[in-house]
Amino acid sequence: MTTAVRVIFVVLYVLLAPLIGALLAGIDRKISARMQRRIGPPVLQPLYDVIKLLKKQVIAVDRSQGFLIVSYMILTVITGCLFFAGVDVLMVFFILGTSSVFLYLAAVVTGSAMSSMGAQRELVQDMAIEPALLFSAVGFYLATGSFEVGSIIGGPVSAIVKMPGFFAAFLFVLTIKMRKSPFDTAQGTHAHQELVKGITTEMGAKNLAYFEITEWYETVLMMAVVAIYIINSHPASIIAAIVVILLVYFLEILIDNTCARLKWKDMLVLSWTVTLISAGVNLILLMVI
Amino acid sequence: MANVKRSPWILHYDGSSCNGCDIEVLASMTPVYDAERLGVENTGDPMQADIFLITGGINSQNASVVKQLYDQMPRPKVVVAVGICACTGGVFKDAYNILGGADTVIPVDIYVPGCAARPQSIIDGIIRARDLFQKRSEEHDALMKKKNLERRQA
Ligand code: SF4
Repeated sequence: MTTAVRVIFVVLYVLLAPLIGALLAGIDRKISARMQRRIGPPVLQPLYDVIKLLKKQVIAVDRSQGFLIVSYMILTVITGCLFFAGVDVLMVFFILGTSSVFLYLAAVVTGSAMSSMGAQRELVQDMAIEPALLFSAVGFYLATGSFEVGSIIGGPVSAIVKMPGFFAAFLFVLTIKMRKSPFDTAQGTHAHQELVKGITTEMGAKNLAYFEITEWYETVLMMAVVAIYIINSHPASIIAAIVVILLVYFLEILIDNTCARLKWKDMLVLSWTVTLISAGVNLILLMVI
Repeated sequence: MANVKRSPWILHYDGSSCNGCDIEVLASMTPVYDAERLGVENTGDPMQADIFLITGGINSQNASVVKQLYDQMPRPKVVVAVGICACTGGVFKDAYNILGGADTVIPVDIYVPGCAARPQSIIDGIIRARDLFQKRSEEHDALMKKKNLERRQA
């Protein structure tokens, strides 16, 4: 990739990712509603919500919360920018892990029991996600000989051909990352739960809006990771990647609507088992062959 | 685009209701009546709520709770009293522990009578509440603008 192309990708990500993320979230709510045989909110509902949140009075239990949330947002956006600039995927996954620490701090700084407990669950979720992400990065290196996004998508065959096990593990943790139902222990999008609003309990007005916007950036980043599994040097693979992304997204909605929440321990054990078995076996195969 | 009334989030609190009204409030959120099509979300969190839906009368124990929930909600906010108990105290009005309707402790904007209030009238109450929410939000915006201007001049 030339520098100009990288810059264009980064600018497009910064500008368009929140819109695409909001649209995906809106479609998610619409499809969920249809699955439950109801009309559901308009597709632009997530945007309306955020606009309203930005206009509301700010009541913050602790003043540093705003700073921490903004740091979380900026770090996540930077991670996405690095990814779209074609830098090392390993680094992208590491920085993504760092950004969630800021979210943890923003929740515990309030001292509220509900949000602290949600924050601790968020850390457990991160622990459940991290191995699969790191495995993915290693898998990309073994399959394509490089950590760089540019070389991963530049090969003659798609990465997924050599690493289906890694992809399966990645899909599994994607459900956790997207806060979908069996694993929405830290914060749930639908209805309220035993922890009120979990990690976002003490976030109102614009702080919650920043949280939502960050979620959108993150969704787009995660979908982009799905894409680099598929894209190869052939231009038609881009269309294939879009189709796969839509299928994956639909699968997440389906899982969200058909599963009940699990306990955090089950989540941890399940995600590590899946990661170890499916990514681990794939890893051994890649190293042996 | 800037219409805040498209996104009225609800905080539902059960005062000393007999649960009849609560079941109807929850019914209006379920697939059959689907209040979510209006953008309604049932948050359990006063920090994130715009509309305070209160059922049941106020008694000496929950008076302070109701007041606190109201204070924790960021402006602009609207209060809806659902069911005759929340409006006036209803059948429990003369009970020794009942102080009266929700308006004995917080300002109530919209009254939805009925015993129990039907989902249709609850949704009607929510629609009236979101129009009021829009109006309050505009007033709030104007006030903030004026304040910011004053701060800049000072
Ligand atoms: S109005 Fe009727 S149904 Fe509602 S809480 Fe009072 S007694 Fe129960």
